[in-house]
Amino acid sequence: MDALDLARWQFGVTTVYHFLFVPLTIGLGVFVAGLQTAWHRTGKEHYLKLTKFFGKLFLINFAMGVVTGIVQEFQFGMNWSEYSTFVGDVFGAPLAMEALLAFFMESTFLGLWIFGWDRLPKKVHLATIWAAAIGSNLSAYFILAANAWMKHPVGYEVVDGKARMTDLWAVLTNSTALAQVPHVVGSAFVVAGGFVLAVCGYWLLRTRAEMWRSAARAALVMTAIAGAVVAGTGDMSARLLHEQQPMKLAAAEGLTHDTQGAPFTVVPGIEIPKLLSLLSTHDPDATIQGTEDLQTRFEQQFGPGDYRPDPTVVFWSFRVMIVFGLATVGLSVLGLWLTRRRRPFPAWLSRALLLALPLPLVAVIAGWLLSEIGRQPWTVTGELLTAASVSPGVSLAEVATSLTLFTLLYGALAVAEVVLLARHVRGGVEERPPAPAVERREPSLMY
Amino acid sequence: MIELWFVIIAFLWTGYFVLEGFDFGVGMLAPLVSRTPAEQRASLQTIGPVWDGNEVWVITAVGAMFAAFPAWYAGMFSAFYLPVTLILAGLIMRGVGLEWRGKVTSPLWCDLGIVVGSALPAFLWGAVFAGLLFDGAPAALLGGAFTLAVCVLHGAVFLALKTTGPVRRRARVAALAAAGVTVPVAVAALSSLGTFPALAAMAALAAATALIWRRREGWAFAATAGAIVLVMVAVFMELRVSPLPGLTLAEAASGEYTLTMLSWIGLITVPFVLVYQGWTYWVFRKRVQVAG
Repeated sequence: MDALDLARWQFGVTTVYHFLFVPLTIGLGVFVAGLQTAWHRTGKEHYLKLTKFFGKLFLINFAMGVVTGIVQEFQFGMNWSEYSTFVGDVFGAPLAMEALLAFFMESTFLGLWIFGWDRLPKKVHLATIWAAAIGSNLSAYFILAANAWMKHPVGYEVVDGKARMTDLWAVLTNSTALAQVPHVVGSAFVVAGGFVLAVCGYWLLRTRAEMWRSAARAALVMTAIAGAVVAGTGDMSARLLHEQQPMKLAAAEGLTHDTQGAPFTVVPGIEIPKLLSLLSTHDPDATIQGTEDLQTRFEQQFGPGDYRPDPTVVFWSFRVMIVFGLATVGLSVLGLWLTRRRRPFPAWLSRALLLALPLPLVAVIAGWLLSEIGRQPWTVTGELLTAASVSPGVSLAEVATSLTLFTLLYGALAVAEVVLLARHVRGGVEERPPAPAVERREPSLMY
Repeated sequence: MIELWFVIIAFLWTGYFVLEGFDFGVGMLAPLVSRTPAEQRASLQTIGPVWDGNEVWVITAVGAMFAAFPAWYAGMFSAFYLPVTLILAGLIMRGVGLEWRGKVTSPLWCDLGIVVGSALPAFLWGAVFAGLLFDGAPAALLGGAFTLAVCVLHGAVFLALKTTGPVRRRARVAALAAAGVTVPVAVAALSSLGTFPALAAMAALAAATALIWRRREGWAFAATAGAIVLVMVAVFMELRVSPLPGLTLAEAASGEYTLTMLSWIGLITVPFVLVYQGWTYWVFRKRVQVAG
């Protein structure tokens, strides 16, 4: 165990943890904005109750997304100073744009939304939640453009041992980013839809109120559509992997040698002939490169070293992602069918909806493990190795301290967040009618 | 272009300390100036709608450093590893505390998180910047003590400006007490810089003390904000020569192309940010009343 290992663990722990909250922020923000819009359009009281109910859950979660996100902004410099110095010229630009274009908008307008219920005209107040939700989604685009550059660097040249950006537009329209953005944002809407479904499932088991049915139906539609986007763009990503990151594709499939008409391995021992070639190139007879043959070629190109990512993690995370993701989408499509034309939610379906919370979360985490562990041993594919990215001056003891501190803090906060969310879910909507909006000096909400 | 981006980064850090400076102060002082839960709520409500937007200034400052001066960003945060770790831990506790305190049954833990999470970064940022300029632990401690004191003063003045009744009265007393500590600490900390803005900052802090004494809260707040601006000007004048020991700005900077692109992006977006953040302060311009 050296500082590099711990720095990798810290990045993994803090980033995976951060991404438990981020998809909910991205998807639930839009969902809450949609509910408030429905209230605005129809004037129906239950949409306002739902807006406030899910708004509160959204805010509990949002806080965690924000504070765990701050760590990320500093962590590159703290633990990965060699990486930061090498990539900053290119990689820093989308990060700066994320702060300027997305974070300011998200946090400022959310503050206005929380405290503006009685201060702002109704239409303006509605606009603030949309602005915040758009900010969250924009931030996803910029950070994914930065992330995509690590996997498929474009629009740069290396001068004096540092990457220099030559084309910002190329960085922002990287094919990898354009496939990844809808895939990740879509999955965020699946996670948020699943969260709403689980909450509605809980309440549909306890009450017949129309409110929960309408929220659940809306979430089913959102989850099913987002699921289709995720599946479609997953197919795009597979083809890009074939061109740009063949080692990751080979490891995800456990394919050791270059194979023409490569089969898809469902689990070790069960194969579907030619499916891998078909999926990754749309040609069943195409040749897919294998890990061992790639290793030989990479050694010739980059010198001695092991260029294969951890085969077990990459292989299984791919399958977990697909199975858990498809299960969520399948559940939502089934739910839509069973409750069509005002049919009620059967009790077993409401119970099954509780699974819609954990299933997609497992899928997105598995997806990130596949994506980032599959990129190893590189931080920037073909340009910079992870081992050469770490801060040279940071000691093992320092990384151990920060890793311990963040892990303990995050662990305690995770417990608190779950308890808090559960309490507010059980508390249900506030039945008391909202106070009349006449000259109330005090912002009524939240503090 | 390098000079321009250095100024922009100085501007972002300055904005951060002016804005989050009073957030930190309010976070530390809220339990002291409040006797009842309603007063405590009102105290924190003065920063409720704005603190998160204020915090984005540091994310932007750090992101801009990463993009415009990668080696500076990398060198600074890896060199001050443990203080930065504790700053992050503080910001985490404080953010969660502020967002959650209205949603828990007993806000005790949240309030503790807000106080500790405000005090830690308020102290440690000063220590980090002092560490960039001077060698040795005493200088870092003095720098930390200075920023901590200034944040308490700045926050106390802000509280006096934004509240009514007993909270406002106690905030004024707290501001006077804080000024009594801040002015001598400022003289000790800033005289080692000795430049004109550093001296002017001392004068601004003295003026703030007089203004709060005479109950001119708005002007006092302008004076503490002005003092922070002047301190940052003094700090960045020193950093301009060498942002980190053994590193020049030119060595740390990104290429001409990147800086040009970033300039266009900044030119287009920053005015919007300033307008809508300013609008937030306008919407919530009234003093916060304690709920009856």
